[in-house]
Amino acid sequence: MPGKLKAKIVAGRHLPVMDRASDLTDAFVEVKFGNTTFKTDVYPKCLNPQWNSEWFKFEVDDEDLQDEPLQITVLDHDTYSANDAIGKVYIDIDPLLCSEAASVISGWFPIYDTIHGIRGEINVLVKVDLFNDLNRFRQSSCGVKFFCTTSIPLCYRAAMVHGFVEELVVNEDPEYQWIDRIRTPRASNEARQRLISLMSGELQRKIGLKVLEMGGNAVVGYLQCFDLEGESGIVVRAIGTACTLDKLSAGANANAYTHPNTAPASNACNSPSKDSKEPVFSEDPPTALGPLTPLRVLPSSSPPPFSSSKPCSRQSSSSDTDLSLTPKMGMGSGGSVGKEAGPLKMLLRQQTQTALEQREFPFFTLTCFPPGFLVHVGGVVSARSVKLLDRIHNPDEPETRDAWWEEIRQEIKSHAKALGCHAVVGYSESTSICEEVCILSAAGTAAILNPRYMREGCLDIGSGDHRFDEPSPPSCGFCHIPYDELNMPFPAQLTYCYQCRRQKVPDVLFTTIDLPTEAAVSGKGCLIQARLCRLKKKAQGEVNATSISNLLPFMEYELHTQLMNKLKLRSMNALFGLRIQISIGENMLLGLASATGVYLSALPTPGGIQIAGKASGDLSNEQHVLSIQKRINDAMAKNKEMYHINPPKLFALDPEVFHGINMELSEEAAGSPIPEPKQRSRLFRSQSESSDELSELDLSHGKKDAFVLEIDDTDAVEDIHSLLTDAPPPAGFYSCNTEVMPGVYNWTSGLQMFTSVRVLRLSNANLTNQSLNKIFTDMCENLLKSLYFKLRSMIPCCLCHVNFTVAVPEDELIQVAVTAVAMSFDKEPILEKLGDRAVFKGAGENEDQLQFPMELCAESASVAISNLTAKFTVSSSERCSPLPEGRSRSLRSTRSSGGGGGGTAVTVVKMTPLSFLPGTRLIKYLGIINMFFIRETTSLREEGGVSGFLHTFIAEVFAMVRAHVAALGGNAVVSYSMKECVFMENPNKNQAQCLINVSGDAVVFVRDTDQEATPTLIHTSCGGTDGPT
Amino acid sequence: MAVELDVFVGNTTIMDEEVYQLWLDGYTVNDAVKVRMVSEGMEEYEASAEVVMSDTMDQYRTFQMCERLLHNPTKLANQLLFQIPPHRQAMLIERYYTFDDVFVREVLGKKLSKGTKKDLDDVSSKTGITLKSCRRQFDNFKRVFKVVEELKGPLVENIRQNFILSDKLARDYAAIVFFANNRFETGKRKLQYLTFQDFAFCAGQLIKNWTVGAVGESVFLYVLDNMVEDMDVDLDKEFLQDLKELKILITDKDLLDQHKSLVCTALRGKTKVYTEMETNFKNLSRGLVNIAAKLTNTKDVRDFFIDLVEKFIEPCRSDRWASADMRLYLTHYTNSAHLLDTFKYQVVWDRYMGVIKSCIFKMYHD
Repeated sequence: MPGKLKAKIVAGRHLPVMDRASDLTDAFVEVKFGNTTFKTDVYPKCLNPQWNSEWFKFEVDDEDLQDEPLQITVLDHDTYSANDAIGKVYIDIDPLLCSEAASVISGWFPIYDTIHGIRGEINVLVKVDLFNDLNRFRQSSCGVKFFCTTSIPLCYRAAMVHGFVEELVVNEDPEYQWIDRIRTPRASNEARQRLISLMSGELQRKIGLKVLEMGGNAVVGYLQCFDLEGESGIVVRAIGTACTLDKLSAGANANAYTHPNTAPASNACNSPSKDSKEPVFSEDPPTALGPLTPLRVLPSSSPPPFSSSKPCSRQSSSSDTDLSLTPKMGMGSGGSVGKEAGPLKMLLRQQTQTALEQREFPFFTLTCFPPGFLVHVGGVVSARSVKLLDRIHNPDEPETRDAWWEEIRQEIKSHAKALGCHAVVGYSESTSICEEVCILSAAGTAAILNPRYMREGCLDIGSGDHRFDEPSPPSCGFCHIPYDELNMPFPAQLTYCYQCRRQKVPDVLFTTIDLPTEAAVSGKGCLIQARLCRLKKKAQGEVNATSISNLLPFMEYELHTQLMNKLKLRSMNALFGLRIQISIGENMLLGLASATGVYLSALPTPGGIQIAGKASGDLSNEQHVLSIQKRINDAMAKNKEMYHINPPKLFALDPEVFHGINMELSEEAAGSPIPEPKQRSRLFRSQSESSDELSELDLSHGKKDAFVLEIDDTDAVEDIHSLLTDAPPPAGFYSCNTEVMPGVYNWTSGLQMFTSVRVLRLSNANLTNQSLNKIFTDMCENLLKSLYFKLRSMIPCCLCHVNFTVAVPEDELIQVAVTAVAMSFDKEPILEKLGDRAVFKGAGENEDQLQFPMELCAESASVAISNLTAKFTVSSSERCSPLPEGRSRSLRSTRSSGGGGGGTAVTVVKMTPLSFLPGTRLIKYLGIINMFFIRETTSLREEGGVSGFLHTFIAEVFAMVRAHVAALGGNAVVSYSMKECVFMENPNKNQAQCLINVSGDAVVFVRDTDQEATPTLIHTSCGGTDGPT
Repeated sequence: MAVELDVFVGNTTIMDEEVYQLWLDGYTVNDAVKVRMVSEGMEEYEASAEVVMSDTMDQYRTFQMCERLLHNPTKLANQLLFQIPPHRQAMLIERYYTFDDVFVREVLGKKLSKGTKKDLDDVSSKTGITLKSCRRQFDNFKRVFKVVEELKGPLVENIRQNFILSDKLARDYAAIVFFANNRFETGKRKLQYLTFQDFAFCAGQLIKNWTVGAVGESVFLYVLDNMVEDMDVDLDKEFLQDLKELKILITDKDLLDQHKSLVCTALRGKTKVYTEMETNFKNLSRGLVNIAAKLTNTKDVRDFFIDLVEKFIEPCRSDRWASADMRLYLTHYTNSAHLLDTFKYQVVWDRYMGVIKSCIFKMYHD
């Protein structure tokens, strides 16, 4: 009996009228966990009942505690007929199972019904008493912490990163069971919600077990997804990165107020300057575990000799179907490398090598790393596979699905190897399902990692590393190629690094990770999207799967070309956070690639884009070519200015080359009719640079590498069209899909997270690829324009973590959903900003210093000191007391009693897809939020049509997330994401249904300016700064 | 190709004050878009009609979803569906309950019934305010009326607490409720020149001085003990009964003459319209005292304002009294009564004339 779950139903408010005669409700509550159910008394004739029930106690296994949610059902008592359900609340107990997270759940929860939405609120108290011997039970994994955040959580330190964990569970979908035909939609929806809640609990427990086996205590970058496979069932799968995390002590915490991303990483002037000292990790105080010395980057000497026979593009990808290909297995670790031989640095490399090769999949779902973790980045690796779904016969053995993913992961691993890399970072997996066809996709960034985090006892030999200081300054090290330059996996132009001049770098770099904090960037970044639609014939089964898998490589190629062109048009040379989504519908495929373009100072200046006409000297055609060329050149010049791209001239051989690029191009445009007299018969793409050009590896990137687009090619017309129709964001706006915009640092606390969904109905039956492309592109562009317009009051502002998802819900429908956060920043000149920062930093240091004198001389009593004393006692009690929740529990109970009394203050809960909140310190992670809701209506018109229906539903989902976070004692959700938004409608029947899955990390934050380290009701204090006015 | 669905939901609910006003004013989405397109600052964002349309639709939807909560403003503060900063909540409520003076003039003193609501399209075409906005304003009056009708305690305070309105707006609503409850006639042609603010001021005076709740602290407690309802909404019956005693001022010939001579002595040489005052004294005094004496009849209460205008304001105006003359006259008229030895109803007289004086001051436009 390892755990006792206790629940108390306090009160309800704003209940709906269930009895038309009296305009009142006779409400009571059923509390269910597992197979045990308790009931409260009926509170007659009241819309604001005060049940104040006893504590309902459930004695359960901790395994069940992990799997099952607490189910609270509010009903209306009816003497003569069946009791009517008002609605339900599902409470995930998991945060209570971890001593460091929440200790009590207490607060107002919206009562949710899948047909009527939110119907009033209920105040609930939940506690768990765990017995100490829980670790003996192998089936549970209580205490393993889960984080959606794809970086090391802010108040923790990574003692070790163990690596990839994955798991999936399958089940039959209640919606597709025969019984669905006779039961009500409500019962069916609830069965589904319950099942998925149960499945994700089970999945999390199983992943936790794997983490414990690996010796870790946490999963970072936890990514859980649902595949609704229709008749073949539901698959819930998750991946993550197992870590051993140490909680930073409260004192260190105060130091770590700056998120890596908010600190200016040696910006613009490519100086790896002292003032940009890395906050979180380098300032670790000595802990019991021993000091963590500053990390050094390994020198990248000769890369391992890889002989890759398989040619693959920079963005290595492949597609296959299970019809045509046998799984490519057996690509695992090669023979073991001699560990003891060689100089120490070889040894280190080999140790990494082995450490990683011992793992089946050296994958990391992290996108943001401790400084020094990432040594080199090779490029994006991706794999897709088209599968035919079949019925899952035995839910207990989900081997088919496991095998499919295994295959894909092997492929990713081999791609990474081909790039000379032993690891894949920023790894993610996704699916797209249409009828019985499913595309499985995986993508990541091939990389070489510092072995330190990978090995046991790695912290001891830290001092030895000092020998390998430099030669590559850390700010450009990750750009250096990991592969052998004589034996390159794909054709690329290499140059010496523009920053250190020692190592080779590629001309462009694509990655799925966030911009490393140490990277030197010129100017600002911007969101770059490639969009593509491809029609396909309607087909069934294998034929369908084959035609899809035939289309995939072309789509990837097209998307890649678009990305490359758009990157060049913005005079940038690297993409971060690249995410390519390919979605299938019955008669079309949609492709959407999003990334954040930046100008990396270490990489060469990108060349221009040249337009070439047809060979014949048709005058009007030439005019046309000229005008397009001019527009492109103008756009490039404008972009350079807009994104403040002023590449440092320090390492340029010929400054004029840098200066002259725009000039030359415009001269060419004005002068000679065709820039290159050479007849180029075809369109040159990034990958298709002819191989003999490879020998010309020099630093003088002139106009030679300019892209040539020939406009006779219909594809090229399309490319040019899409290049020039992308409207830049209006003045005062920036956008990116990474954690934060490179080049913007002085964030204010004003932020607005939002979700926007659009569905477009294609009316015309005979659409061409081209017109479809235009429609899709316009749709995305218009959506962005709408966002800019809506958020105009926040200017100057940056849309961060812009996450687009596309879907083809029905034959002629295209759905685009965006979740992002708009953050406003101060527009100040950089110099002033630095001054401010210095002052601020000084203040922070003072604060820290004050803590020590305080212990010694308590008599120096001033208001400020007394504030600090309060803080100090809090932190010390947290540090010393074996049961840190003791204090917070008392805090919480006072709060909840206030809430129970019908208090009016509602905790403001901030939400953001980022891992941090500007201007604040995260002081506690309360646990993962992972919620799944279904909403259905049979009165679509009455609810304001599809828009009204979805608007309400999304607002309700936000409200439920906020309520759960507030009940855990938190005041924000970080790393929030909407993973699934499946919308189906049947306007003729006046019906619609929507499924939404959201996740994130519940946290407690305090403002940098606040002294007190306790969660407070910030109803009035921060309301003013929240959101635009 | 058509946009089938288009929504934007922020964690903090975004509400544009300009669009909110358009919505409150009853503009359709299309009309609102037209207005917004020509308003300032739109070129800056290169906002196309499409973008503005999408934004307007979203906002309208949000407002519609919020409307339910605005009907019960106390709920807005502790509901969970919309995260709205408190100062924005206050703005939403205040604007929702703000009404057009032109509109309220049309329904002031009318019964807030279905019948009146049916006539709103006439009001709409007469005032140029959209029917939708008229209905909202009318429903607001009715809602506030219904809620405070059943509550005990001071009227303004009740309105302010139940609807979280500013003091000014709460007072205006108190006036509307007071007028609707007593059914004061305000629609007659002779009263057309008066604004809502004139009436609101008068209502304030009446509530403050002539209702049960007005009679000091001791009476207030006594009222609470006896659970007398509507203490601020109904006029003090006892007081109205006492007003009958004032008739002596006009029925007793001596008293009337004495009063006149006192007033005339005080006024002589201080005003240009002295002769007119002297000639009209008995007439005017009779008018005011008769109004007082008749107030026990509900019908005459309704005609209170029209009586004031007919019996006092109009005669004075036809004699071209200036406002200052009016003040002077009423002050002396009131004060002189205290000097009358045989006049014993000083308290009632002061309570009556205090209100009459300030009402006439307000209603007498130059």
